[in-house]
Amino acid sequence: MTAESQEIRQTAGAQDPLPSTSGRSGLPAWLRRAASISELWTFVILVALVAFFTLAAPGKFFTTYDLTQIAVNAAIYLVLGVGMTYVIITAGIDLSIGSVLVLAAVAAGEYNIHHGGPAAGWGTVVVCVLIALAVGTGWGALQGALVATGKVSPLIVTLGGLGAALGLAELATGGQDPAGAAATNLQNTLGFGKLLGIPWLVILAAVVTAVFGAVLSGTRFGNYTLAIGSNPAAVRRAGIPVGRHLIKVYGLMGLLAGLGAVMWLASYGTTSIAGHSTDNLKVITAVVLGGTSLFGGRGSVLGTVIGVFIPAVLTTGLVVIGVQQYWQDVAVGVVLVAAVYIDQTRRKSRERR
Amino acid sequence: MASVREPLLAAHGVVKRFGHVQALQGADFTAYAGEVVGLIGDNGAGKSTLVNVLSGVIAPDDGEVRLEGAPVRFAGPMDAQRHGVETVYQDLSMAPDLDAAANLYLGREILRGGLLGRLGVLDRPTMRREAVTAFAELGVELKDMTAPVATLSGGQRQSVAVARAVAFANKVIFMDEPTAALGVMQRARVLETVRRVADRGICVVLISHNMPEVLSVADRVEVLRLGRRVASFNAADTTIEELVGAMTGSLDGPAHKDAARGAAGAGESEEGR
Repeated sequence: MTAESQEIRQTAGAQDPLPSTSGRSGLPAWLRRAASISELWTFVILVALVAFFTLAAPGKFFTTYDLTQIAVNAAIYLVLGVGMTYVIITAGIDLSIGSVLVLAAVAAGEYNIHHGGPAAGWGTVVVCVLIALAVGTGWGALQGALVATGKVSPLIVTLGGLGAALGLAELATGGQDPAGAAATNLQNTLGFGKLLGIPWLVILAAVVTAVFGAVLSGTRFGNYTLAIGSNPAAVRRAGIPVGRHLIKVYGLMGLLAGLGAVMWLASYGTTSIAGHSTDNLKVITAVVLGGTSLFGGRGSVLGTVIGVFIPAVLTTGLVVIGVQQYWQDVAVGVVLVAAVYIDQTRRKSRERR
Repeated sequence: MASVREPLLAAHGVVKRFGHVQALQGADFTAYAGEVVGLIGDNGAGKSTLVNVLSGVIAPDDGEVRLEGAPVRFAGPMDAQRHGVETVYQDLSMAPDLDAAANLYLGREILRGGLLGRLGVLDRPTMRREAVTAFAELGVELKDMTAPVATLSGGQRQSVAVARAVAFANKVIFMDEPTAALGVMQRARVLETVRRVADRGICVVLISHNMPEVLSVADRVEVLRLGRRVASFNAADTTIEELVGAMTGSLDGPAHKDAARGAAGAGESEEGR
């Protein structure tokens, strides 16, 4: 039996359609694992982009000013992308994030306007932050509860949420961005402040990313998230409350949209009601670029970090070398389709045997 | 000796109706610890319904299920699991993107000690180590414990599913067509795994259409027809013809005799061991 099983395993190895798995047995474990990580090739693209722009515009692109600018621009999308990674890993989607961000920003902004305006004190700032986070979490959890019923697909639930949240925000403000939505205290600290030369926005985004990345890869919560996206029936059969977990995942997405609202108010001082209609597409693009599968079950926060920075680097890079930055949209579109194509090809070849 | 031996799992007169359809019309079932029981029957004979009743998926309308002699009424599959009764579903029990260890421990993960554990941090090294042991006990060796289950061969996947059931259940495991999608070699390995599970004192109930396979691995075979148990054979001294006869009803007359002989035969085989 042992000899026989040995033979079976060898045969299986010989017929392995993926050369990367059969030919790497001599490599050290960490290298083998690195090669099997799907976000590796996305990282290669990012490095290639940075190298290209550095060579094309020597002394211009690779400056601390540009790097900081790229990081600040990416910070809010990164926070949203981290939440979206969880949602997409459960084989879901959240189209509503831009509207939820606006709604949370409007709720916090309205409170701020009536409690001191731009000159509001720290107490008001804290309440505003809590309001934004609570509105986002509540909205997200509500959408999660609808998704958990299994009666309406996540696409439709959050498409409805997109319209409803934006509509409520416009009702509350009459469709105009109210003046005095952000306190100067908030803007001067989180918005423009720096710690050891690094903007607070970037530090906040990095901390959020690190925490959520660790939770996804190292905890039971992350494990359930991946398992639900992989096979919800199996998870249910194992006695895990799938619906409750989905509510938490969509609630966390909402929480991060609320945090995004706080970061936006701090950074720009206004609610930008009309300015977030394509946030969802940008963030979903970044998550998918990072190797997270739209079919669920696979993905990582690290991949999303890379996925967020590819468009960010493209924007800044194209500006620096003097190309019309609209080419960025073309390039990201092409890369996105290619990424999904490769994901599908990998998946098929893996499951063929 | 055989007569005093108490069945591990027994069902008496189980009735289950779905609307006008009476799927089980007073079905009986008997299984002893440490044996492989083949449960066969034509399509619509009530196999799946009986298994669903015995594993707690559905509640019977009438009749009695006894586990170790005591009447039980499972509130659901989870309740059955708590009683040590588990079902292996072909691919339904796996998250294909997770590795074998994560699948083995899905729903009862091992956490780190202290504060990290309270935060839900997984103890992956321990899970992987114990998974290797659990697989080795079933004669399964996995090349790479970190590979997603989807990349394993069908036989290995099935072995992981069996290992998961064994880890959950310590009394009865139902396996519905465990080798249906497998090649010849993999089929042999899974059946060998089934034998090993039974040798550990667990009762394996094998539902299959494949008569030669059932006869090769089972100790006893119970035959369902039209929602009733019509025969119970000792696998060692029956033939495929006899099984098919009982399944289709062409042996309706002597079925009672067969049942009696089957029960006695079970005792004989027990003494033979």
